[in-house]
Amino acid sequence: MARAVSLRRRTVATIAAWAIGFLIFFPILWTIITSFKTELEAFSTPPKFLFFEWTTENYGIVQERSNYLRFVSNSLILSIGSTLVALLFAIPAAWAMAFAPGKRTKDLLMWMLSTKMMPPVGALIPVYLIFRDMGLLDSRGGLIAVLFLLNLPIIVWMLYTYFKEIPGEILEAARMDGASLWKELVYVLAPMAVPGIASTLLLNIILAWNEAFWTLNLTTSAAAPLTAFIASYSSPEGLFWAKLSAASTMAIAPILVLGWFAQKQLVRGLTFGAVK
Amino acid sequence: MGTIVLKDVQKRFGDVVIIPGASLAIENGEFIVFVGPSGCGKSTLLRLIAGLEDVTAGEIIIDGADAAQLAPAKRGLSMVFQSYALYPHMSVRNNIAFGLKMAGMPKPEIEAKVTKAAQTLNLTDYLDRKPRQLSGGQRQRVAIGRAIVRQPKAFLFDEPLSNLDAALRVQMRLEIMQLHQTLGATMIYVTHDQVEAMTMADRIVVLNKGNVEQVGSPLDLYNNPDSLFVAGFIGSPKMNFISGEVAGQYKAQTIGVRPEHIALSSQSGAWEGTIALAEHLGADTFLHIDTKAGGRLTVRAAGEYDQGPGAKIWLTPEKNRIHRFDQNGRTIKNAA
Ligand SMILES: Nc1ncnc2c1ncn2[C@@H]1O[C@H](COP(=O)(O)OP(=O)(O)OP(=O)(O)O)[C@@H](O)[C@H]1O
Ligand SMILES: [Mg+2]
Repeated sequence: MARAVSLRRRTVATIAAWAIGFLIFFPILWTIITSFKTELEAFSTPPKFLFFEWTTENYGIVQERSNYLRFVSNSLILSIGSTLVALLFAIPAAWAMAFAPGKRTKDLLMWMLSTKMMPPVGALIPVYLIFRDMGLLDSRGGLIAVLFLLNLPIIVWMLYTYFKEIPGEILEAARMDGASLWKELVYVLAPMAVPGIASTLLLNIILAWNEAFWTLNLTTSAAAPLTAFIASYSSPEGLFWAKLSAASTMAIAPILVLGWFAQKQLVRGLTFGAVK
Repeated sequence: MGTIVLKDVQKRFGDVVIIPGASLAIENGEFIVFVGPSGCGKSTLLRLIAGLEDVTAGEIIIDGADAAQLAPAKRGLSMVFQSYALYPHMSVRNNIAFGLKMAGMPKPEIEAKVTKAAQTLNLTDYLDRKPRQLSGGQRQRVAIGRAIVRQPKAFLFDEPLSNLDAALRVQMRLEIMQLHQTLGATMIYVTHDQVEAMTMADRIVVLNKGNVEQVGSPLDLYNNPDSLFVAGFIGSPKMNFISGEVAGQYKAQTIGVRPEHIALSSQSGAWEGTIALAEHLGADTFLHIDTKAGGRLTVRAAGEYDQGPGAKIWLTPEKNRIHRFDQNGRTIKNAA
């Protein structure tokens, strides 16, 4: 009897999970489907789900009109660059907080996180002016700096939670063995924290990849990433849903592939080290 | 080559005083055991010697030079942790070699030393395994291997055997004693285990709330404890303490008699009692006896004792084995 009940519960749970998963995925699926329609069919009511004439003309037009590869390379450079720079600062910072905490460490962590609670638009004007005066507008370097600072608190937090799980005695053993601080970080802490560092890296690449507010406001063309690429299809000449969908699909494709291969790490990353 | 002298070493965490002031002189080659109740500062004192904690005040003199401000690695000491603290991502070989690599020793020399240490500790077949592929006893050996390759002036052990099962503990205890004999190095060993303390130590240091309560050879502490605290801490089962009228007869605030120093008789004796519980260990029987004179007392009887719970019984303490304590818990020295 018990088996039968648990089987039924499992079936229900599975169906529910699939339903929720489908609900979340539906907009993306719809975008992808729409990208293969003509502009006319994209608007048709009732909407057609699968039975329409599939076409790839939107992709051709989008590629013709804008240099997709330049946007992709900008996105890659900005997201990976800003995350790597952030790790460089965050690993020592998280090490200090996890293994040599002071009285104010907890406050410091909260304060760092609180900077994420401010609406970014509040800082737009000062940042914009700084960028203008320093000639950083529409430069990759400037954007990397902004994205790096933007995600630094999250990265420090994530690494901190991972590092806390590492027994301090192992680092002390390294100290007894004569490892300098630097060697302790490189030979002992970092290799032990590889899964944590990897998921932090992935999650923040995705966050930086999707970041739209600053990338849209601080770039025009030279440093513009894929977010700007999508945005350029949403406004001027009225709405071209099919082309917008094609552009969106192209923009999310690389990160979707990355996410697919890194699923396991990502789940760990999202649970912030809560599940072992 | 391995003398360690503590001069009024103090440690505070914030406002909390953990070690109010500890002084101790350890000879080269001595096996010193720290014992004391949980939280009394054994680990803290060991970590202060290791350099993993900074002293608040005082001197730690290793081989004649003050090392209190030196980095851990500069002190020439090795530590074996309770949790083993092996590097999980490194093979056994690299775990043992890590300290030598950090010291910049040439590869062939490292290889030779690791091989030798592995032979000493029966680890030769496991050199290429990761720590997680080893049993508890093997992990402990790797931790010891990591400590010995550096040929330290002294070894520090913080409850190294407490994660092992009883049989393995006995075996590893003997191995560590063997190692001490072969290396002749100074060892400081923290433990909760009475048997380890009594059998391994040249001298035992009893700590109480961060104070060095008494230092002496195991038998010295057993026979001549300076205080009620030491008397109660050394020896298992614990010494019986009786205060009140009976203690008054001996002109003391409290008297103490060890369970093995009380004779039993079914006819006559000093104190009358009833057996409440009997623990049969085979070689010994521990009897817990309710008496009018001193409440519940523990008595050790050799072999299998034939009387069980409920039986009336008489107890007689061995006259010159009675310990007397004053109202401050200090031992009253000269005989009554
Ligand atoms: N980093 C620290 N900050 C504050 N207090 C500490 C710290 N480390 C230890 N203590 C305190 O110091 C006291 C002694 O701790 P210690 O670990 O030395 O005890 P111990 O004798 O080794 O105990 P056990 O037998 O349980 O291992 C304890 O009360 C502990 O709470
Ligand atoms: Mg301890």
